[in-house]
Amino acid sequence: MSRTIPGFVTLAIVAAVLGATASIAAEVVDARGEVIKADNPSRILSIGGDTTEIVYALGFGSNVVAVDTSSQFPPEVLAKKKVGYMRALSTEGVLSTGATLILANAHAGPPEVIRALATSSVPLVMLPENASPESLIEKVKLVGRALGAEAKANDLAAQLNGQFGSLETVRSKIERPVRALLVLSVDGGRALAAGRGTTADLMLELAGATNAAADLNGYKPVSDEALIEMAPQAIVAVRRAPEEEIAADIAALPGFKALGAGRKVPIITMDAAYLLGFGPRAPRAAGELMAQLYPDLPNQVAR
Amino acid sequence: MTIESLDLPAVEDGIDRHGLGRRLILAGLLALGLAAVASVSVGPTGLSLFSLPRAISAALSGSDAAADVHARLVLLEVRLPRTILAAFVGASLAVAGAMMQGLFRNPLADPGLIGVSSGAALAAVATIALGGGFAGPWVRALGIWALPVSAFLGGFLTTMVLMLIARKHGTTAIATLLLAGIALAAIAGALTGLIAYVTDDRELRDLTLWSMGSLAGASWQKVMAIAPFALILFVTIPRFVRALNGMLLGEAEAFYLGIEVERAKFWIVVLTAAAVGAAVAVAGTIGFVGIVVPHLVRLTAGPDHRIVLPGSALLGAVLVVVADIAARMIVAPAELPIGIVMAVIGAPVFLHLVIRRGGGLAAP
Repeated sequence: MSRTIPGFVTLAIVAAVLGATASIAAEVVDARGEVIKADNPSRILSIGGDTTEIVYALGFGSNVVAVDTSSQFPPEVLAKKKVGYMRALSTEGVLSTGATLILANAHAGPPEVIRALATSSVPLVMLPENASPESLIEKVKLVGRALGAEAKANDLAAQLNGQFGSLETVRSKIERPVRALLVLSVDGGRALAAGRGTTADLMLELAGATNAAADLNGYKPVSDEALIEMAPQAIVAVRRAPEEEIAADIAALPGFKALGAGRKVPIITMDAAYLLGFGPRAPRAAGELMAQLYPDLPNQVAR
Repeated sequence: MTIESLDLPAVEDGIDRHGLGRRLILAGLLALGLAAVASVSVGPTGLSLFSLPRAISAALSGSDAAADVHARLVLLEVRLPRTILAAFVGASLAVAGAMMQGLFRNPLADPGLIGVSSGAALAAVATIALGGGFAGPWVRALGIWALPVSAFLGGFLTTMVLMLIARKHGTTAIATLLLAGIALAAIAGALTGLIAYVTDDRELRDLTLWSMGSLAGASWQKVMAIAPFALILFVTIPRFVRALNGMLLGEAEAFYLGIEVERAKFWIVVLTAAAVGAAVAVAGTIGFVGIVVPHLVRLTAGPDHRIVLPGSALLGAVLVVVADIAARMIVAPAELPIGIVMAVIGAPVFLHLVIRRGGGLAAP
């Protein structure tokens, strides 16, 4: 077979393949469907906690010149320049970072600024929304392509896939799912609960729990009476800062005291960026939550 | 007092208010020019006015060298429209405020009284919150224009409904306008709250930011969107001066002075609603300007609308342009909502003036 192919054809094929790989590495189709020429990841502006975590996980942390205020992990990012809240970016502020590549969470905005940035000479890669474990894999691969680090991204994606897989294996052993309520904060005696369509809902599902607030859409405050009506068997308290005493606030709610019919309803406290960031730590966070919700299950994911 | 002196109810305190006013207007024009130059020259990227020739030549030649694109984008597509937009928004809000205070003969009146702000807020909230579902087709059809167009229509239509309620037999009762305005604002506020309740965290965040105002999304299209409404309001100022001055004495008195009070009331409300609706549409709600700028002008130049209206336009424009420079520089590369900056800069100045003047607000 190989003898019938003339040398120049082989050469051409090799050249074409090489050329193709080179152009794949430089051109990225982002979540908007835009073809972005990304060939210089030397100065990265990373927008979104998940985006930043992925960039760091792929080893490009030292190339990050600026981040948004939702980027809190790893701790090194706290020292980086901040371009503000990701929904309220400013065109000139973003350009002033001197970034050669902008990686942005699906919710970065406002739209006028995103549109103006698209006309600048700086490549802007938008990532997909958090809808499922697959969207995390997709985010990792997209960031990897934009950084020209596909091999590393594929490794990370495979690792995450493996973690999601073992989560699923453990999850299938759950006989009676726990009705859990995820509480974001307690304000004026009312708990802010996570309903459907939230990352919190997705994390509860991954951890093998049923969302006790599935009737709500989005994050909603719930009254004591509604809390009793939801009858959660466990409460997941999310704290934004380590010193926040959200578990104590929840325990003080009259509605909470009426729960469980005499049996104590456990309150599991977890870090907000860790549990709800939906970056590379997501499967581990889900595993840890699962281990706390089901102490008797053998669970390897968290470790 | 003769009719002629009533025509221009000047404060007889021995100060040459007219000459003073003229000097103030000139000073205002100069300040606006300086503020505009500063606004185009200052920004987090460090590009200054000296890069302007490069930006213009890049725009003309269509050069796509990175540095040329950068200069063109920052100076011509970001800072210049932003500066002009800030001036239009500030001037519209301040003139509208001055006219409302004159119309209602109430120092606390602002454009919010005729329902523009609450109607615009309701429409904006609805667009942000229901864009994914119920209002989906509308939002998709208008793209990034969905929010400004809705806000404008919401504000303007609310005011028109209010006029419909307050107008009977060709006359508009100011008291009815005021009370019905409060009622409509309450209804719009309740609906806004209801929609805000069903939105999620992120949309709520968007709503909060929108309600603090920002010029970060400025573009030439937005300048074009507000320009006609603002310019119509400015060029009609001379036509309302006499009516507003007359109304300082009372509606009946103004009528006996030969002022077509009803026509003036109608057009003041309509044009104000259009200009404020457009300002809110392109920049969100920026408080403080509409209510305080006219008072600042009155405190320095007296209540004559010949000075108060153009003076408010200039001072409003200067104040918003300067506040916007601060908004983009203080926490650069991030950005502060301009409403916050506005209040932080303006409120102490206002308080200082009020205290120095012995606590008396110059009632319109």
